[in-house]
Amino acid sequence: MTLEAFLGHFNYWVFAILLMIGFYAVIAKGNLIKKLVGLSIFQSAVFLMYISMSKVEGGTAPILQAGVADPIYSNPLPQVLILTAIVVGVATLSLGLAIVVRINERYGSIEERELLDAD
Amino acid sequence: MDIESHLPILQVIVPLLFSPLVVLLQPRGLAWIATTAVCILSFAIAINMAILVLSGQTLEYELGGWQPPFGIALRIDAISSLLLLIVTGAATAAVLGCRESLNQQIESHRQPLFFAAWLLLLAGLVGMVVTADAFNIFVFMEISSLAGYILIAGGPDRRALMAVFKYLIMGTIGATFYLIGVGLVYMMTGTLNLDDMARLLPGVTDQTTITFAAAFITVGLALKAAMFPLHVWLPNAYTHAPHAVTVFMAACGTKVAVYVLLRFDFLVFQSADLYHGLQFSLFLMPFALLGIVVASAVAMFEGQIKRMLAFSSVAQVGYILLGASLLTQDGLTASFAHMFNHALAKSALFLSIACMGMRFMDLRIDQLAGAAKTMPFTAAAFLIGGLSLIGVPGTAGFISKWLLIEALMEQGEQGLLMVGIVLLSSLMAVVYIWRTVEVLYFRTPIQQDNTQQGNRVVLSEAPPLMVGVTLLMAGLNVVFGVMPDVPLSLAEAAAEILTGARQ
Repeated sequence: MTLEAFLGHFNYWVFAILLMIGFYAVIAKGNLIKKLVGLSIFQSAVFLMYISMSKVEGGTAPILQAGVADPIYSNPLPQVLILTAIVVGVATLSLGLAIVVRINERYGSIEERELLDAD
Repeated sequence: MDIESHLPILQVIVPLLFSPLVVLLQPRGLAWIATTAVCILSFAIAINMAILVLSGQTLEYELGGWQPPFGIALRIDAISSLLLLIVTGAATAAVLGCRESLNQQIESHRQPLFFAAWLLLLAGLVGMVVTADAFNIFVFMEISSLAGYILIAGGPDRRALMAVFKYLIMGTIGATFYLIGVGLVYMMTGTLNLDDMARLLPGVTDQTTITFAAAFITVGLALKAAMFPLHVWLPNAYTHAPHAVTVFMAACGTKVAVYVLLRFDFLVFQSADLYHGLQFSLFLMPFALLGIVVASAVAMFEGQIKRMLAFSSVAQVGYILLGASLLTQDGLTASFAHMFNHALAKSALFLSIACMGMRFMDLRIDQLAGAAKTMPFTAAAFLIGGLSLIGVPGTAGFISKWLLIEALMEQGEQGLLMVGIVLLSSLMAVVYIWRTVEVLYFRTPIQQDNTQQGNRVVLSEAPPLMVGVTLLMAGLNVVFGVMPDVPLSLAEAAAEILTGARQ
C-alpha cells in the first residue's frame, strides 16, 4: 500500500482504531461506567465512518444559492442518518447510566467482580 | 379514506402513538386496559393483513407518498405477515394473561411507565418487520431494544439489573455491527432500500467491501438473535425479567432478529453472489448444531424453571437457523413453521410459569413439588406446552420438527447425522420437560414450614383470567398441531420468497 493510499483513508484508519479502543474498553474494563465509556467510543467511531463517506472535498451544504448553477455539496443523507444514530447513542448511554445507578443502589458497587460475587 | 391500504403503517403507528398516552393513565388498572386494547387492535391489524397476504397480495406502502428508493417503503409479504402474527399475538397473550402477575411484580404507580415501554417494544418489533429500509430497521431495532431493557429491569429482582446491563452492552454492540454493515453497503450502492440494494449489489465492482458488510450484518444480527456462542445475554435476562416480559420476549424477541438476518442474507446479498452457501451453510450450520446440543444439555441440569426454558430457547433458535442454513425450500419452510410453533409452545410454557409465580415465590424446580394438586390447570398447560416443545405428534411442535427432519433427510449422509442430533436434542427436551412434570405431578407438596424461607405456598389455582389465557395458548398448540394449514401456507410462501421461487 502506498503512502498516498494510506493517507487517503486516514479517516477510516481512525474509525478502525477508535472502534477497537472502544471495544477493548467494553471487554477489558471491570468498572461498569468505564464499560459504558468504551461503548460510547465504539458507537462514535461508526458515526465518523458515516460522516467520512459523505464528505466531498470543498463541498458545502446542499442549499440552492443564487448565481451558483452547479454547486459542489456533501451528501446530506449519511449526516441525517448519523443525527438519528447519535440520538440512539445518547438514549442508550443514558439508559445504561440509569441502570448503573440502580445497580449501585441495590448492590452498593459498580465493579463487575464484586457484583458477580454478590449473588 | 380507504383504511385497508394504510394497514402497514397503522401496524406501527398505533402502538407508537398510544405509548406516550398510556403514561398519563395513572388510575389503577386503566393503563393495563388501554395496553390490552392496543395489543388486541395490533393483533387484529396483523390478522387482517395476513388474510390479504394469504389471498396472494403483497402489501406495499410508500411513506408520505415518496417513491422508493427515495422515500421509505413498507412491505408486507408472507414472511413479514407470519412474523407480525407472532409478535402481536405474543404481546396480546402476554398482556392479557399476566394482569395479576404484573400487579404482583410491578408497583401500581410505575405501571403506566411500564406499559408505555411495553407498547414501545411492540412498536419497535413490528417496525423492524414491516419496513423495507435498512436504516429504518436499525432505528426500530434500537427502539425495541431500549424498551426491552427497561421492561427486563422493571421487576423486583435485583439480579435483573446485572442481566440487563450485560444485555445492553451486547445488544448495542450487535446493533452497531449492523450499522457498520449497512454503512458499508451504502458506501458501495448509495441506497438504503432493501430491494434497491439487491438490484444494485451485483453491479458493484469491489465485492470485498460487500463481503465485509455481510459479515458485520450477520454477526450483529446473530448477537441479537442469541445464536449459540453469542447467546450469553439471554438466559439471565429471561430468568430475572418480570414473568409477563419473559412471555412476550421469549415468544418473539429473537425471532425478529432472525427474520432480518434471513432477509438480508437471502434477498439482499444472495443477488451479489457472495459465496452464499459458504457464508451461510458452512458458517451458521455448525453453530446451530452446537447450540441445539449444548443448550439442551445445559437445560437438562438447570435448577430454575425459567432458566431451563431460556436455555431451551437458545436451542430452538438453533433449530430455526439449522433449517435456514440448508438453503432449501423445505428447510426454510421448516424454519418458518418452527418460528410460529415455538412461539406458541414457549408462550404457553412461560404463561403457566407466570401462573405458578403467583403462588410460589421461589421458582426452583424442586420447590414446585406437587403443584399439579393445587394448580391442576396451570400444570396441564405446562404439560401440553412441554409436549409441543418436545415435538410429540398432535402438537404444533411436532409439525415443524417433522418438516425439519424431512428437509434434513434430503441432504444425504450428512443429513442423517443432523437428524441424529435433532433427535438427540429432542430426547434431552423429553428429559428436562419430564423432570419438571414429574416434580409437578408426582411429588408430595412441600408443607407450610417453607414459609419461613420466604416461599409462600397458597393452596389454590392462579386467578381465572391468567389460567384462561394460559389454557387458551396451550389449546392453540393442539389446534395448530392438528390443523396446521394457515401457518404452514404462510411458511411455505415465505420460503418461496427467500429461495426466489416467488417474486
